[in-house]
Amino acid sequence: MKRTSLALCMLFLSASALLAADGAWLRKVPDADRKRVNPYASKTEAAAAGKLLFTDNCAKCHGEDALGRHGRPSLRSERISHATDGELAWLLKNGSTWKGMPSWSALPEPERWQIIAYLRSLPAETKDRP
Amino acid sequence: MAWQALRLRRRSSAHWDLPVRRELNCSFMSATSLFRAGLALALALAGSCAIARAQEPPYFVTYSSALEEPGNLDVEFKGLTASPKDANAFFSPTVELEYGATAWWTTELYLQGQSTKNDSTVFTGFRWENRFRVLPTEHWINPVLYLEYEDHNSADKSLLEVVGHDSIANLQLNNWQTRREIERSLEGKLILSSDVKGWNFSENFIAEKNVKNEPWEFGYSVAASRPLSLLARGRACTFCRQNFSAGAELYGGLATAHDFGLDATSHYAGPSVNFNLPHGPLLGFSPQFGLNDNSVGVLWRFRVSYEIQQFRDLFRRSR
Repeated sequence: MKRTSLALCMLFLSASALLAADGAWLRKVPDADRKRVNPYASKTEAAAAGKLLFTDNCAKCHGEDALGRHGRPSLRSERISHATDGELAWLLKNGSTWKGMPSWSALPEPERWQIIAYLRSLPAETKDRP
Repeated sequence: MAWQALRLRRRSSAHWDLPVRRELNCSFMSATSLFRAGLALALALAGSCAIARAQEPPYFVTYSSALEEPGNLDVEFKGLTASPKDANAFFSPTVELEYGATAWWTTELYLQGQSTKNDSTVFTGFRWENRFRVLPTEHWINPVLYLEYEDHNSADKSLLEVVGHDSIANLQLNNWQTRREIERSLEGKLILSSDVKGWNFSENFIAEKNVKNEPWEFGYSVAASRPLSLLARGRACTFCRQNFSAGAELYGGLATAHDFGLDATSHYAGPSVNFNLPHGPLLGFSPQFGLNDNSVGVLWRFRVSYEIQQFRDLFRRSR
């Protein structure tokens, strides 16, 4: 009985991990949020600040190179590259709590935009990555 | 002879002589030892792991909707010291281990003690709390449910919350009188929190029930805070404004289910500040002032906190 429960738990956790990167959150973003523009887009200073914030808050899960770690999604993927700044801002604010991404609403909004500015400065993921 | 000695010792203990004498021999300096032990534990747990700033507001009693990030372990040493009127000064350290089980569930273990001048140093008990985020997305007000089991004796002076008729009178009893009375209680909180233009506003409504046949006790806590700067700098800095956040708290008791209200309750208010050392610990400080005769004049609170990011990855095979 215990083994069955354990197996079911493992199955649930594995399924959650697989679903974590399915991009389902993109469908939840309201249109108004989707169209929002990053006030710090293309600003070098903002991207530099965003890099520090990323290292402090995001790198442990998504990797220093933002390519993802331990099954957590890459932030240089095609999906993230194609997402609008507004969509990324919505994700940072709300998280995707059932799929492991916490809400970062306690981080001031300008700092969240700085993180997005940094993500935009990163090169897209190459497909021949080992 | 040995049997007689044992019987004599038992009889003496039953009349409190030995424990009282032993406790009185302990000096207030034991608080320093307790502090050092707690700090050593916090540092040892932090070890060589990566540590970083937390995103929590500078509150000591009030909870916001910010939960621990999943997989992170926050090790915190929280201290409270005060000199209540007509009572001995005391120091109450609390060690907190806060773990982000999921993005919507944070679980936390508290270990508590206290040291009272001219009295003794005692371990007072533990608490196990859980916080659950209710809604999947952010709203104007974000509710979080809080459930806690407490198992501590009446010598507890941590004042992690104020409920019912908690007052200065509770702090005027000797440890040998209070440590024998064990309190096991369940506590629920409705945490409401809003983030508006960099400000955080949080309100907590507290209901606590001793598992014995005692009435429900109620309390409240409200707080507001803001980082000193909403924008991060492009270069690493230690004493820049973005690393500080400041706020204020107000909390107190609301009596019991039999006599709900403000009569014979205690209340406190005060400013609080957090300092996030980049790649280091978070330091917090708050003087909190008693607002009526049932309250202690001033409570001095401080904290040292380390966040061990992705603690669970330490147990994975591949890194």
